[in-house]
Amino acid sequence: MTENTRLEATEMNMPAATILARSDLYHMPSTTVRTPDAEPRSAKVIARNVSVFYGPKQALFDVSIDIPEKSVTAFIGPSGCGKSTFLRCLNRMNDTIDGCRVSGQIALDGSDIFAPSLDVVELRARVGMVFQKPNPFPKSIYENVAYGPRIHGLARSKADLDEIVASSLQKASLWNEVKDRLHEPGTGLSGGQQQRLCIARAIAVSPEVILMDEPCSALDPIATARIEELIDELKQNFTIVIVTHSMQQAARVSQRTAFFHLGNLVEEGPTDLIFTSPGEKRTQDYITGRFG
Amino acid sequence: MAAHIVTSFDEELGNIDRLIREMGDLAHTMVTDATRALFDSDSVLALRVVSADAVMDAHQRALDERAITIIAKRQPMAQDLRVVVGALRMAADFERIGDLAKNIAKRVSAVSEGVTPKSLSHSIDVMAKLVMEQIDEVVAAYAARNAGRLEALRIDDEQIDIQYTAVFRELLTYMMEDPRNITACTHLLFCAKNLERIGDHVTNIAENAYYIATGRQLPLNRPKTDETTIAPDPA
Repeated sequence: MTENTRLEATEMNMPAATILARSDLYHMPSTTVRTPDAEPRSAKVIARNVSVFYGPKQALFDVSIDIPEKSVTAFIGPSGCGKSTFLRCLNRMNDTIDGCRVSGQIALDGSDIFAPSLDVVELRARVGMVFQKPNPFPKSIYENVAYGPRIHGLARSKADLDEIVASSLQKASLWNEVKDRLHEPGTGLSGGQQQRLCIARAIAVSPEVILMDEPCSALDPIATARIEELIDELKQNFTIVIVTHSMQQAARVSQRTAFFHLGNLVEEGPTDLIFTSPGEKRTQDYITGRFG
Repeated sequence: MAAHIVTSFDEELGNIDRLIREMGDLAHTMVTDATRALFDSDSVLALRVVSADAVMDAHQRALDERAITIIAKRQPMAQDLRVVVGALRMAADFERIGDLAKNIAKRVSAVSEGVTPKSLSHSIDVMAKLVMEQIDEVVAAYAARNAGRLEALRIDDEQIDIQYTAVFRELLTYMMEDPRNITACTHLLFCAKNLERIGDHVTNIAENAYYIATGRQLPLNRPKTDETTIAPDPA
């Protein structure tokens, strides 16, 4: 891909000013209102002019954004605004939908994710996903977590695999609740526990990015608080992108927020700023409950 | 600004706004009456100011309760959040203005016992008029969400500080001229200081109202020329 030079990934520990100067994001023609962070982080995922079509219908219009590494980016917007569609572009989940066509460029660590040489299965191991409804496999708790590492050949021995399962469940704050019943079915857990099991399953293959599509919308407030606490811990090691309908949740868990409306990326900026004084009237109207 | 999808939210925010404006109007009345009572040695009017302060306190409590209920119930965002949090802070400043006006009213009997030089009333009167204009303007500019006027108000406070310095010097002169003036002049000095403090609270209110209107904080520094403040010479 020729544009690859332009989509160069920013290196670790690069000074903030260099990150901003290197990014073309703030100079490109776009209607998106953008506010950089006071101390920008280097970008893990870089998307430029991404459009998505479902058959003849265009669902997403020229979305360009940098997703900073090891932080939480929230996508908000009314139903049908394209936020989930864009999220699914990031690990090419839209490939599985008939008649769906994606244009534009997306780079993970500087490499094009649409390159013909790229193995989609490997991409999805690097970019994991957690869905709205907890969807554990109809297998044991252990097998749910062990499945990914096994098919990706990440464990050399049974002891290795046991270690991965235990550490993944610990990282997902589920270990203490299930360590004595690892071989019971995953579907027997409560909704909140099932969702944490799905997060454990996602992190078992050591992804770099975790996409979460409304991970708490089927959970009660206590289970939601546990997931939010978990997201806060996970951002030490993973880049997280979360789609949520709860504005309070976006405000609580994310460092940057992107607002989508009618398939356009309207505004993106530091979360603190978006929820206290947004730059765009449409953002303001949406987050204050003035249109739906 | 478009209406909320939930109309009762608009009503609740409207009530907050109305209470703030009522507190502003009450503060204006209290300062007017307190200074009038001071110049006319009107103890009845002074008592009215003291009782008005209870109304002011009740307003502040009502506003606190409503604002906290809105935060709990609606989790306001963006400018709604700024209106609610800003109102809490503005109400506290109006409540302090009420206290200071009450303090002026309480000094009326003490001042009227002594001999007050007529010209003194005049320079405090000028100061009081400036303060009352400021209160009026801050309420109007807040209601109109006029950022420019709110920013100007902060700068205008300097006029009150200058006038306070003038009153301070004048009172010192009278006290030196005739020690029998000391009691009355000391009370008047406190009154002048109260007016100056009221000006500072108006400045705070303007800063909060500016934040509500724009989402930005005014810079910390503003011109200051209160020469009665004793500061060591840097040299």
